[in-house]
Amino acid sequence: MLLTTLMLIPLIGSIAVFLLPSAKDLLAKQIALGFALATLVGSVLMVLGLDNSVGGLQHSESYNWIPAFGISWTLGVNGISASLIVMAAILVPVVIVAGWWDAENSGRGNVKGFFALILVLEVFVIGVFSANDLFLFYIFFEAMLFPIYFLIGKFGGPQRAYAAMKFLLYSLVGGLFMLASLIGLYVVSARELGQGTFDFETLTTLNMDPATQKMLFLGFFFAFAVKAPMVPFHTWLPDATAEATPGTSTLLVGVLDKVGTFGMLHFLLPIFPEASKFYAPAIIVLAVVSIFYGALLAIGQSDVMRLVAFTSISHFGFIVLGIFVMTSQGLTGSSFYMVNHGFSTGALFLVMGYLVSRRGSKRIADFGGVQKVAPILTGVFLISGLSGLALPGMSSFISEFLVLAGTYAVNPTAAIIATFGIVLAAVYILWLYQRMMTGVPSKEVEETVSEISQRELIAIAPILAIIIALGFVPQVALNVINPAVEQVQTYVGVTDPEAVVGIEGSGS
Amino acid sequence: MIAALIGLPLLGATVLLLGGRRTNAWGHFLAVAMSAASFVLGAFLFIQMTGKSEEEREIGQHLFDWISVGAFQVPFGLHLDQLSIVFVLLITGVGTLIHIYSIGYMEHDPNRRRFFAYLNLFVAAMLLLILADNYFLLYVGWEGVGLASYLLISFYQQKPSAATAGKKAFVVNRVGDVGLSLAIMLMFVTFGTVTFEGVNAAAESGSSSTITWIGLALLLAACGKSAQFPLQSWLLDAMEGPTPVSALIHAATMVTAGVYLIVRAHAIFDLSETARTAVVVVGAITLLLGAFIGTAKDDIKKGLAGSTMSQIGYMVLAAGLGPVGYVFAIFHLLTHGMFKAGLFLGAGSVMHGMHDDVNMRHYGALRTMMKVTYATFGLGFLAIIGVPPFAGFWSKDEIIYVAFSQNMIIGLATLLGAGVTAFYMTRMMAMTFFGEARWEDDVHPHESPAVMTIPMIVLAVGSAFGGMAMLFVGDIEHWLEPVTGFAKPEHSVSHNVLIPVTLAVVLGGALFAWSRYGRRPVPVEAPANVSFLTKAARADAYGDALNEAVLMRPGQYLTRSLTWFDSKAIDGLVSGSAAAIGGLSARARRLQNGYVRSYALTMLGGAVLIALVLLLVRL
Repeated sequence: MLLTTLMLIPLIGSIAVFLLPSAKDLLAKQIALGFALATLVGSVLMVLGLDNSVGGLQHSESYNWIPAFGISWTLGVNGISASLIVMAAILVPVVIVAGWWDAENSGRGNVKGFFALILVLEVFVIGVFSANDLFLFYIFFEAMLFPIYFLIGKFGGPQRAYAAMKFLLYSLVGGLFMLASLIGLYVVSARELGQGTFDFETLTTLNMDPATQKMLFLGFFFAFAVKAPMVPFHTWLPDATAEATPGTSTLLVGVLDKVGTFGMLHFLLPIFPEASKFYAPAIIVLAVVSIFYGALLAIGQSDVMRLVAFTSISHFGFIVLGIFVMTSQGLTGSSFYMVNHGFSTGALFLVMGYLVSRRGSKRIADFGGVQKVAPILTGVFLISGLSGLALPGMSSFISEFLVLAGTYAVNPTAAIIATFGIVLAAVYILWLYQRMMTGVPSKEVEETVSEISQRELIAIAPILAIIIALGFVPQVALNVINPAVEQVQTYVGVTDPEAVVGIEGSGS
Repeated sequence: MIAALIGLPLLGATVLLLGGRRTNAWGHFLAVAMSAASFVLGAFLFIQMTGKSEEEREIGQHLFDWISVGAFQVPFGLHLDQLSIVFVLLITGVGTLIHIYSIGYMEHDPNRRRFFAYLNLFVAAMLLLILADNYFLLYVGWEGVGLASYLLISFYQQKPSAATAGKKAFVVNRVGDVGLSLAIMLMFVTFGTVTFEGVNAAAESGSSSTITWIGLALLLAACGKSAQFPLQSWLLDAMEGPTPVSALIHAATMVTAGVYLIVRAHAIFDLSETARTAVVVVGAITLLLGAFIGTAKDDIKKGLAGSTMSQIGYMVLAAGLGPVGYVFAIFHLLTHGMFKAGLFLGAGSVMHGMHDDVNMRHYGALRTMMKVTYATFGLGFLAIIGVPPFAGFWSKDEIIYVAFSQNMIIGLATLLGAGVTAFYMTRMMAMTFFGEARWEDDVHPHESPAVMTIPMIVLAVGSAFGGMAMLFVGDIEHWLEPVTGFAKPEHSVSHNVLIPVTLAVVLGGALFAWSRYGRRPVPVEAPANVSFLTKAARADAYGDALNEAVLMRPGQYLTRSLTWFDSKAIDGLVSGSAAAIGGLSARARRLQNGYVRSYALTMLGGAVLIALVLLLVRL
């Protein structure tokens, strides 16, 4: 019941906000924040209640839903999904506080609708990470699109309609492929077990022949690769983030896109182990391409929001890389990367949002010299940026290095190439910082850009603190993630390579 | 105890950065106090260590288990041994002096608090670098000093040149970091551990090719941090930072971290002749390149920066010579830390009296105006060119001696370097303190306040006697031997021959410079009609031009074309197919009058599809 209850908290919150009379904007915000914080408390209790000595699903609950089709309301979490839920539950109140005036500023009113949508989104996010019936997962996967679609399409920038539609179409096409594979999987399970099922743990026990695995794998993978997003299915993301409010972008890139990589890790590897191993080399290539493609494109952007979106495409490359090398360091690194990336990219979107809302422009060239007029905001920008380039001492470094070290063990070439990505990361962040923050402020910057407000600081400070704290005590998260990763390795039937001490010719 | 060494300056930095303007009035005193406290603690630990027998000197402090993922086990552990303690004393000792000096130097800077916060941050990170007991934690200190360096190079953020220089330093260092990352990955994959102890113990069982690759990756890291060829170009630009920063970070401590890394990883380099040769070659090239650049610079700080490259080249070269050289690499690192910091502080003192002008062509005859600066700079000058009995003589002489014992060409390179060093340093002395006064009428050169001159005097004393003290009192070779290993070279040119020859070369270089810059008037404008070599040295031996042609321009081209490709080709292609569906849904939209409905319709369509298929399966 724990997970259903956890979903009910934001659901009740969103209904409460929605039912308020329209004049009560402040009350709507306060209620939304209250329910978001309650959800955060609940999710922290949920993760504290996990037994870290086992890797399987916990807090499990299962109710028959459509027994005729073997569909059930099956929820459960392991360390990976639980830490993603906590990450999302931290980001939601942060986004609410940071976006306190975003609905008003969008000029299209309906303040309570904005906050109700955020809470609805949180319901689906908890659902998608804890669903362990694949049909239920599919429902949440698609349902998430609604609130985001409205958040972009209603409260976004001038091109919002185009961006929202593009986002929707890409996701929808991906979703249709997944649906096809899902049905296929159901058919296979029905054939093998006599009774079709969507239950995740039952599906991992199927003995599918490799050819079927490979076909069904592709449908899921396509949907996840669009969502994550990987090159070349990425172009919807920069458009979406360029038009969405910063808070929406934070939730979209920080949380929702993780469903793609989470799906690869949590469903693809265990259900299709042979296909995963078969496609791994190709996917590793695609991941490395994404790392560099995203980074180079980030360097080439002139719009700050698009720039941050492209850095994320690069980061998703690292996450996918770690998943498909299937070593414990790679898998744990990727899981931890998903959490850290939520915070670090969220911090970047929010701080860019602070700047953009002041200056009234997303063009990098319209900034410059901000350090002179807003030194604290500049410092916040710098810390967020350093987290984005995975500076040692910050959490993102630990996860990135784990991915690389885990990759090196099985695919040195990919690891060596990917490591050079850290140089490009320094270029895109520091050049951005140089163009926007250093130098002498122009007249426009001096007039419009003011120091960070207390509310804005309160919103972003917790995530910056988490980023630094997890850099020094990452084990807090890794202890939760490790057993789940071991379980995934067991499903796939892989073990870590041994250290190669003494074997002649290694490493050359 | 060991953690407190790092904790004190870290606390200082945290208070100053989070405390904000409230700490403006007293922040710099706190920073000085924290650095000084760390020094006192370090001195106490040093004395304690000298009282112990050789085997008991190494102490460790395991703070907590930092990372544990599968076989990747990294402790958050510190460790203090004979090698790290000398670094502790150098970093906190010179660091504290420079903190004190900065009270005077940065007195009128509106961002003084931030400056001192960064200095404390630097000291903490540098101490973490040399106290870490494993390569992964070292990496955190390694990048921490890089961050402090970045922040301090671009401290005058309103200046575009400073902002660019800071970014350049960071990005070039990141290329080095690729090396460090790969070295750590290789160690993990090969030995299953990344602690110094574990790697040292297992190194012999690694295959020779792996060991060589680890060594080369570490060398790449060292090249970035220590401004060695081919990653040297950032150091000259780094002089954009305030002068105390140049003294502390870009002369005495941070830039020598590469030498520390190589010596710390001696178990790897001991086993790979190839890697050692690469280290020696890099060191030799850089020592000549840096000295060459130093000969033509009119900017006093850039002249000293070229010199730093060159002197670190000596250290790297010595480290590459293996057990015969490790201790002398560290010995030279320590003497250099004192005399080069003193020289930079002297340069800062001159600038302080000259309206922050760095062009030596606008100086001249300052010895009468700035007596203390002249005297202390002069002692540093004698130390760096290697005049006995000053500090640099002892350490550099040992390196030249050891170099000759291993390879004649390398020996000659170190000897030639000594001559060029004498040339550029004499040129600097002559242009700054001798000759005719060339400054403008509105410049009134004056001696700096005592808060600045006292640190300079202390460092000058170190430059004078530090070498003898370490060699004869401290017995540096045998002090470091338990950590780094030490071997006497089997045969070399006799000291009795080498010392006079070296001194003759040094004297020749000095006299040549004196004849050109001391005895002849120095033009206020740099002559344009100069040889190709002078032009090359002025242009930093075309290091930047090369980077630009090989990396930057192709990179920019690639970025531009990819950006075009992404919006035109990929987006067009994928959106084109999406547009087909978009067209469908546009029709649906017209029918249903709204996006939402078209979406709901599609969802419904999907659900019906599922239901149908499911029914079919059941039947």
